[in-house]
Amino acid sequence: MPDFSLPAAVPISWYLILSAVLFTLGIAGFLLRRSIITVFMSIELMLNAVNLTFVTFSYKLKAVDGHIFTFFVMVVAAAEAAVGLAIILTVFRNRSTLEIDEVNSLKL
Amino acid sequence: MNFFLLSLIKTAIVTFALLTLLAYLQLVERKVLAHIQLRPGPYRVGPHGFFQPLADVIKLVTKEGVIPPGANKFFYLLAPVLGVALALTAIVVIPFGPEVEIFGVKTAMGLTDLNIGILFILALSSIGVYAIALGGWASPSKYSLLGGLRGSAQMISYELPMALAIVAPLLMLNTLSLREMVDGQAGFYFGFIPKWSIFAAPAPQIFSFIIFLIAVFAETNRVPFDLPEAEAELVAGFHTEYSSMGFASFFMAEYCNIVTVCCVATVLFLGGWHPLWPAEYGSNYVAPLVFLIAAGILFYHGRQGLRRWDKVSFPATGVVFVLLAALFLVPVLQPYIVPLFWFAAKAGTIIFVFIWIRGTLPRFRYDQLMRFAWTFLFPLAVLNLLITALVVALV
Amino acid sequence: MPSIPLDAILFLVLAAIAVGSAINLVVQTHPINSALSLVGVMISLAVLYLLLGGEFIAAVQVIVYAGAIMVLFVFVIMLLNAGAERPRTRLSFSVAAGVPVLLAFLSAAAYFILKKVPPAEGVTFGGFTGGSPRAVGEALFTRYLLPFEVTSILILIAIIGAIVLAMKEID
Repeated sequence: MPDFSLPAAVPISWYLILSAVLFTLGIAGFLLRRSIITVFMSIELMLNAVNLTFVTFSYKLKAVDGHIFTFFVMVVAAAEAAVGLAIILTVFRNRSTLEIDEVNSLKL
Repeated sequence: MNFFLLSLIKTAIVTFALLTLLAYLQLVERKVLAHIQLRPGPYRVGPHGFFQPLADVIKLVTKEGVIPPGANKFFYLLAPVLGVALALTAIVVIPFGPEVEIFGVKTAMGLTDLNIGILFILALSSIGVYAIALGGWASPSKYSLLGGLRGSAQMISYELPMALAIVAPLLMLNTLSLREMVDGQAGFYFGFIPKWSIFAAPAPQIFSFIIFLIAVFAETNRVPFDLPEAEAELVAGFHTEYSSMGFASFFMAEYCNIVTVCCVATVLFLGGWHPLWPAEYGSNYVAPLVFLIAAGILFYHGRQGLRRWDKVSFPATGVVFVLLAALFLVPVLQPYIVPLFWFAAKAGTIIFVFIWIRGTLPRFRYDQLMRFAWTFLFPLAVLNLLITALVVALV
Repeated sequence: MPSIPLDAILFLVLAAIAVGSAINLVVQTHPINSALSLVGVMISLAVLYLLLGGEFIAAVQVIVYAGAIMVLFVFVIMLLNAGAERPRTRLSFSVAAGVPVLLAFLSAAAYFILKKVPPAEGVTFGGFTGGSPRAVGEALFTRYLLPFEVTSILILIAIIGAIVLAMKEID
């Protein structure tokens, strides 16, 4: 009979595994979905998973640097979202579709 | 005392007070607006329409809640709940008074104190955009969808000047906790000028205060920026399709947001519960004086009552005010209720300004609203922040 | 009375919400459902950051990620009136091959995490208090000043890029 009682302190590895699970789900969404917007959101999910790792290691090392990196990732994500969504708008305007499979030719 | 029990008691008191306030705020607004427009306002339910909120609540609760066919049911029902829950949550970080001792228990007036208090409020208000966007999107109506887009674009645009106006006084107060902010504004220059942020040396924050007020008018969808509810020309906004409790929730969320931003303005700029002048010069007697003057006016008008009820209701209310005034003169109670009075007086004045402006100004057009935010208010807020930072850095 | 393992319970609840929302993001066909699931992930991660002592980062996560970036997504979805994806007619190669590979990747990652990270170390709330706004600000404006300034240029480029792309139709 294994011990199912909860530990008083949450092991670091639980946080890291949660992050790995979220990252894998992000990859799955990135590869399996066909709507450009959902693909883009899967990227954001992956970034979030990585942020969790940064903050967890910041706790482990008792240093604030992980938080700073998370901050920078957020800034990059914001810039990326602005440009990416503008690109999606342009694609939709030219092709009137959001299916990534149909945006397959280089010419308009 | 047990931490959980104490928190539970405080939460119950604040919740009860807040919900009553929200119900009566609506009556106050209708009354003030009516008197600005030279009419009596709600008058039928109870003396001077005193029980009107009760009647409104019963009316809204017993109405049929219609879910329009073709609506996305989950999000349609989620949006009003989200809106009202976020609006009510924001009140937890507001400090209403100093630390006091009641029956041997030392506790601070206010539910909790976070060291990221002001960020907490900003976070809640930025999540609040979803309630509007979702409410508009889930209703199967073009008017709602466009209203939701309009409303959320407005809230996002005015969040920037609001945040910048909040940052400027923070440069001098050096904290993000709302309670520490109020503590930082205690005391007086030369013994009589209060150290509130709007007066504080070296950079009085009067412009931040004005920018903050303008921005929160738009954040809470009030006149002159109430495009989301321009029922006359734009068929209202995100809540066009809502009825019964859904509509009531959006309504309550809006009033709750007004109360929250007025409390935040009081804490950030007007020194929280600190009086306008020191207690040595008799600031403790302002509250009884105000109540006595109000009672005097009521007695005077009660003598020549124009309407049937006035001869009874005016003097009766006057007696209540005299009793309240007497309450403020009891020395044992003074440390508890005088700070509360100052806090309520300041927040109440700002709420009154909200209603006053609603009775005075016409509505902006949407393009004017956006141009005002981005080409005037935002640069002004940046400039104000830069000047404040420069002055604080140099002194 | 044994003390309640509140840290572990909170973690498990939040992790369940995060993973559930993330799965919902991947399986939902309508983009707005996916977008709001992602908001759910972000908010539960923000609370996890609080447990890890990152107060400032938790607030920024909600304000910037959930409150600004995701609002932009929801906005675009509403603006384009994006409908549900057409369902797949057959099991494509990416599903058949991709899911096992991903599961293998996940188990490899979990294996190395469990092997390399000593299990004795645990996270308790309040174990690290260096994530206050003051600490983050000090680090940001001293040691990380140059990257911080560079990000502002990045943001400026992003603003200009977004405007140029979106303005295309007007000229």
